[in-house]
Amino acid sequence: MTTDTIGRFERSLAALEVTSEVVPASAASERIGAAVDDPAVGTALPFEGVSLPDAVTAEPTPTELEDAVTGVTPAAFAVAEHGTVAIGSSERGEEPVSLYPDRHVAVVAGSDVVADLGDGFDRLLEGDSRGRGSVVFATGRSATADMGGLVHGVHGPGEGHVVVLEDR
Amino acid sequence: MASDPSRSETAERLRHLLETEGEIVRPRASEDNARREAAYDELANLEALRADARAIKEDAIDRLPELIETVREVVEENGGTVYVADDAADANAYVADVVDAVDADGRSDHDRPSVVKSKSMTTEEIDLNDALEREGVDVYETDLGEWVIQVADESPSHIVGPAMHLSRERIAELLREEFDPDVEFETAADLTAFARDYLGERIREADVGITGANFVVADSGTITLVTNEGNARKCAVTPDTHVAVAGIEKLIPSIEDLEPFVNLIARSATGQPISQYVTMLTPPTESPSLEFDGPDADEPITASDGESDREFHLVLLDNGRTAMREDDQLRETLYCIRCGACSNACVNFQSVGGHGFGGETYSGGIATGWEAGLHGQDAAAEFNDLCTGCTRCVDACPVEIDIPWINTVVRDRINRGKDPGTYDFLVDGLTPDAESGSGVPLDKRFFGNVGTVAKLASATAPLSNWLAGTGPVRALLERTIGIDRRRDLPVFQRQSLVDWFEANGGAEASRRRARVGTALEREAVLYPDVYTNYVDVARGKATVRTLEALGVPVSVPSLPESGRAALSQGMIATADRRASELYGELAADIDAGRDVVVIEPSDLAAFRREYERLLPEASFERLRSNSYEICEYVYGLLENGADVGALSTADGDEPIAYHSHCQQRTLDLEAPTTAVLERCGYTPETTGSECCGMAGSFGYKREYYDVSVDAGEQLAEELEGSERVVASGTSCSDQLETLLERPVPHPIEVLGPDR
Repeated sequence: MTTDTIGRFERSLAALEVTSEVVPASAASERIGAAVDDPAVGTALPFEGVSLPDAVTAEPTPTELEDAVTGVTPAAFAVAEHGTVAIGSSERGEEPVSLYPDRHVAVVAGSDVVADLGDGFDRLLEGDSRGRGSVVFATGRSATADMGGLVHGVHGPGEGHVVVLEDR
Repeated sequence: MASDPSRSETAERLRHLLETEGEIVRPRASEDNARREAAYDELANLEALRADARAIKEDAIDRLPELIETVREVVEENGGTVYVADDAADANAYVADVVDAVDADGRSDHDRPSVVKSKSMTTEEIDLNDALEREGVDVYETDLGEWVIQVADESPSHIVGPAMHLSRERIAELLREEFDPDVEFETAADLTAFARDYLGERIREADVGITGANFVVADSGTITLVTNEGNARKCAVTPDTHVAVAGIEKLIPSIEDLEPFVNLIARSATGQPISQYVTMLTPPTESPSLEFDGPDADEPITASDGESDREFHLVLLDNGRTAMREDDQLRETLYCIRCGACSNACVNFQSVGGHGFGGETYSGGIATGWEAGLHGQDAAAEFNDLCTGCTRCVDACPVEIDIPWINTVVRDRINRGKDPGTYDFLVDGLTPDAESGSGVPLDKRFFGNVGTVAKLASATAPLSNWLAGTGPVRALLERTIGIDRRRDLPVFQRQSLVDWFEANGGAEASRRRARVGTALEREAVLYPDVYTNYVDVARGKATVRTLEALGVPVSVPSLPESGRAALSQGMIATADRRASELYGELAADIDAGRDVVVIEPSDLAAFRREYERLLPEASFERLRSNSYEICEYVYGLLENGADVGALSTADGDEPIAYHSHCQQRTLDLEAPTTAVLERCGYTPETTGSECCGMAGSFGYKREYYDVSVDAGEQLAEELEGSERVVASGTSCSDQLETLLERPVPHPIEVLGPDR
């Protein structure tokens, strides 16, 4: 929640080879646009004054999802300790959009970056769903060592970028 | 029994695995183990987390029937279905019906309905894939390791890394044979890319997604999936029908209970602080299902507007778990979170992999509990002896399961299930144990009563040593009790430590000799374990001299065996009797305020760990808190003012390599020895290998000799460059002396004053 927490979050992301930037809401759409590789799909961003850039297809079809290189979704919150983004699972489709394309761009409000996993669990319990919703703690890039060496980008994204919205 | 053919078959099978799969498994498992240790070390509150996780599991298993009802209600309320399956056939039939119904609904657009799966040991346990395929269903594993195993038509060799035994080259060969691809398979990245494309298509086409569950939250119906690849997420949310198959033991009461497990499971499994994806899915979810073919492929995924067409089935599998829950000894197995840490920490697993150290489904130390509970005792019999009780898995287990004890209990039960052998009278005449006529195999009774054997051999030394070295006797020993003729036998001393001590004036003389320096007002009873008493008498003498030089008078009474040898053979009744006898003889000394000093770490480990199960609580506590490992004791004396100058000291930076004993490490007693060595002017370097592989009788046995030497060689390699090597355990010394071809004394022999 503090600058320190965001700093820690960014350091954790860097260690996972996930890039990040902290931007004011007014510049967010432009920065998201710069962070995507085409073709890109996305789900609605619930942050005031922030919308998906035109180049990103909102409400994609399965065909568009399959062809997309980048998926843009909001994160409900983030955990600084591990560089984790919490992706909800709603009818808007954050789950498939954050999962299918090879590059995931997550957008999170600075005020939603919590310090550690314990705070993350507190957030789950505080929410409307009181721990009865569906959420994924996604940390870093999809990986496997099953083929005789560590490889990133297996079934999930092999690249990640996080846009942190500065507090207003 | 005399010419047990299975013994040579076992030896042959294990030798083959050592040369094939073991070569691949060892570096991978030991690397995972090292990463797990490092990830544990990062946690300041590790022990509190493990205790929390343990307590949650204890509570959950205790309340299991209630949790099953809770989850049934809430999942049904959410719009899903819960099915509690009694056994494999029941579970398989239910899942087949679910797939069949999807097909009958016309939702399948292929000739054969298709299923995609994420990795699940529970579905391996029930052979779900075979059952579905028999019903005309195409089944695709989507975890890359599990998929390779499916292509190879093999069984998983590791709970977490099912294809851990296959090299990259072998995987490439398998995939080339199966798919005849246009692309080259040079690197792991090539193989992964091919798998991603192929399996991605299978997932997009699938009619049903089947996952396991790492945890099932009872009061919310939340399925938790912990994965790195992302395939479980795709399997769960892409098709409109999701079936989760989980053992009933996966239930935990509520979402708050999840936190310690999420903190621990990735660390214990792969040494990561957290896995890539911790999915907490409360199905049926509102996330749109995805139709990549047909008219819906070009409709926005949000078109359903939250109107869910999703179907969710939670299959909770019993398959023997209720019986395990009622079994006081096997119940702990149900706390297992299937992280594989016990496999990675195990030297014998590292040597032979899970196809050697494993049963029908599960592998590693905990497999004994799972296989005995789910598939019956016989399923555990084949590999149970590969657990030597070294206890290195005890620190690794995130839920504090006493895995060695489960192995001991199951071994005891297996022993008792066998007919008394024809040669029993040989040992009956020799050893008054509690296993007479019980069916315990001859070799186990021989090793389990090694104290009696050693006493006789010492009394008849050197004749016994000479006899034991002859070809015909070695052949006989190999044939009857399975002692491998390649293994050096211990050389028994004619004068035991107890006799030497008495010959030198006994306790009274010791009191006089100990009148040096500051009076520490302590007295010690030195426990003359079998090996110190009859074989490694020198380390016993060094201990007596050391304690006296530091001002502590000693007594060395003749005492019963600790029961350690019996425990390692699964002879719990004998160990129980030994524990009571030994405590009875030591009680007066403890009452008189004397400290019990132990040289052999495995005996001390019996006092501090297993005796908790064998003695009344108060007796256990008294012995535990008044007994000390010798170097731990010396460290305490030095801390309390004893004069380090009384010991043999070096010049301050003399290098010395020290291999602590496996059970000693589990007791956290490596550090005192290194501290004393440092105070005496040495710079000790400790070893990384978990265990020397000798493990008491294990390395003597014909069927395990090669496995034992394989582990020993890993350790010997670490020590090759060291001029001076010391080891705390008698087995470790024997193994290292054979492999390094030079003396490997106990540290106390280096530290003790020359006299």
